[in-house]
Amino acid sequence: MNSDKITKGVLIFASAIILLVAGGMALSLVEGAIPAFKNFGLNFIFNNNWNPTRGKENYGALPFIAGTLITSVTALIISLPLSFSASLFLGEYYRGTKMAKVLGMMVDLLAGIPSIVYGLWGFYVLRPLLVDLGLPNQGFGIFTASIILAIMIIPYATSLSNEIILMVPNELKEAAYSLGATKSEVIFNVIVPSARSGIIAGYILSFGRALGETMAVTMLIGNANVIPDGFFSTGNTMASVIANQFGEADGLKLSSLIAIGLLLFLITGIINAIGKFIIKRMA
Amino acid sequence: MKQFVIIILAVFLLGACSNSSKKNGNEKSATSSDLTITAAGATFPMPYYNMVFNQYSDETGVQITYGGIGSGGGIRSLTDKVVDFGATDAYLDDEQLAEMPAEVVHIPTVLGAVVIAYNLPGVDGLKLSNELLEKIFMGEITNWNDPLIAQNNAGLSFPDKEITFIHRSDGSGTTFIFSDYMTKVSSKWAEAVGTGKSLQWPVGMGAKGNPGVAGTISQTEGAIGYIGSEYAFAQKIQTAQVQNSAGNYITPSIASVSAAAKGAIPDDTRIMLTNSDDPESYPISGFTWIILYKEQNYNGRSKEQALATLKLLDWLESESAQSQAETVHYAPLPQATAEKAKTILRTVTYNGTQLLN
Repeated sequence: MNSDKITKGVLIFASAIILLVAGGMALSLVEGAIPAFKNFGLNFIFNNNWNPTRGKENYGALPFIAGTLITSVTALIISLPLSFSASLFLGEYYRGTKMAKVLGMMVDLLAGIPSIVYGLWGFYVLRPLLVDLGLPNQGFGIFTASIILAIMIIPYATSLSNEIILMVPNELKEAAYSLGATKSEVIFNVIVPSARSGIIAGYILSFGRALGETMAVTMLIGNANVIPDGFFSTGNTMASVIANQFGEADGLKLSSLIAIGLLLFLITGIINAIGKFIIKRMA
Repeated sequence: MKQFVIIILAVFLLGACSNSSKKNGNEKSATSSDLTITAAGATFPMPYYNMVFNQYSDETGVQITYGGIGSGGGIRSLTDKVVDFGATDAYLDDEQLAEMPAEVVHIPTVLGAVVIAYNLPGVDGLKLSNELLEKIFMGEITNWNDPLIAQNNAGLSFPDKEITFIHRSDGSGTTFIFSDYMTKVSSKWAEAVGTGKSLQWPVGMGAKGNPGVAGTISQTEGAIGYIGSEYAFAQKIQTAQVQNSAGNYITPSIASVSAAAKGAIPDDTRIMLTNSDDPESYPISGFTWIILYKEQNYNGRSKEQALATLKLLDWLESESAQSQAETVHYAPLPQATAEKAKTILRTVTYNGTQLLN
């Protein structure tokens, strides 16, 4: 009885703290962003200037929104075939074999590498390679950043989809096999349909990670505060402009950076909501 | 559960050990009481401050913590009255001074410069006129084989290589000094870009911090960018000679940076030294300042605390502190400037009475 009460109290307390923290963050972001929106109105979102010079101050989030969405979507597209194949390899084709174990370990290892290490590798290894292949801008830009992002989200997408594929009931698969289905028929007619919503959820989570990724992208995207005019041009993302510029920011600039933070918060929220909606529709 | 308790106990014991050892260490050196001076601001002079503050702590027992949070952060911390003094690479202009809650004074502590670094193997002693600086950084010259560059550098041969301009992606006093110089020497730059800690760049790409810019330049053949001298000197980075207002091409060095402060300095020391008219001076040089309130009784600070702060700052202007600047690649203040700073410190008061004499 007594321990029951204590447990209940602890649980309520912990949940309340989570609520408070999330609510407090949203509130302080909104509060900090007010001066920027007051000054620029909704045009803040569609303005492609970022001019911090005193007297000519003019801030807009469009270059960063564009950079964030382009890099994240490209990364997702690059990572999709790789991570989907890897998760089928791990979860079905070579399930339980030594090969799968080694690969699984590698995937977990990749997921655990800090973002700055990916950035270093991208800067010193990937970028010179791309320069040799004839990429302009010394290899800095949207394309290089997208590749690094793709490599970073592959392990997430792979292990999440793998977990879901492993959860597909054996009875279903055995029934299909006993009817004479081949392995690939089982995969595409039984496993994928029943794991569909989980796999999509995995990709949405990975996309969320790509949106907020900061360090590795900052090191490779070129940090030019303009709307990228092509895959190989330099740009900037929302997370990376905040990381770069908050230190010396004050007044309107600080508020604009916070407003970008708020927009990133909203975009991530909207994408999560879309994901949940898709999962609901498909389940 | 048992294990958990043991771990907790172990942590506490460890904590106690390290605490007691710290106290023992303090007793040896502490002559004055356990005063702690808190400061925050610019990252540019941080290696110098860390070195001399440590030495001052060892000698006097006064603990000093300096947070390198950027000039903007230093000004903000002083405005919020959470520090004993702030530090900034750009002086507060009249408007900013008026916004401060009380009167603020500036004292310069050391000199630094911004060097133009480039990566062209085999091309040593690149000379950049102000016209070339403008054309390269405005994106009008995009290749190293441009005839204008060759014209200005007789005897050097330049490759057919794209110019990649690397600037800072973060806000920085280094950018401020660089853009202040560009604004002074190029009306085109003044009109299109202006002066600031971060800018709307016409061309180029950004990298974070001096190490980021230096690293990107060294990785990128054909790159050019600007770097804080303290970093460039320490890393022995290839730098260009820049033309000063007397028309001489000057290699950045401790001596040529120091020369920039030889001219007349206003009594409140608020001056940008860029484009100095001393013929020996490197033109992209500048002071870095410590800022503090003229009336030291604020936020419940004790008189003892205020006096300790002023004594530290007074020592910073002394020969024994200034002579160490060069070891971490800063230029010491000329004697006359240090004297001005000392005079300013003697106008600082506590409840209206002068603290230092």
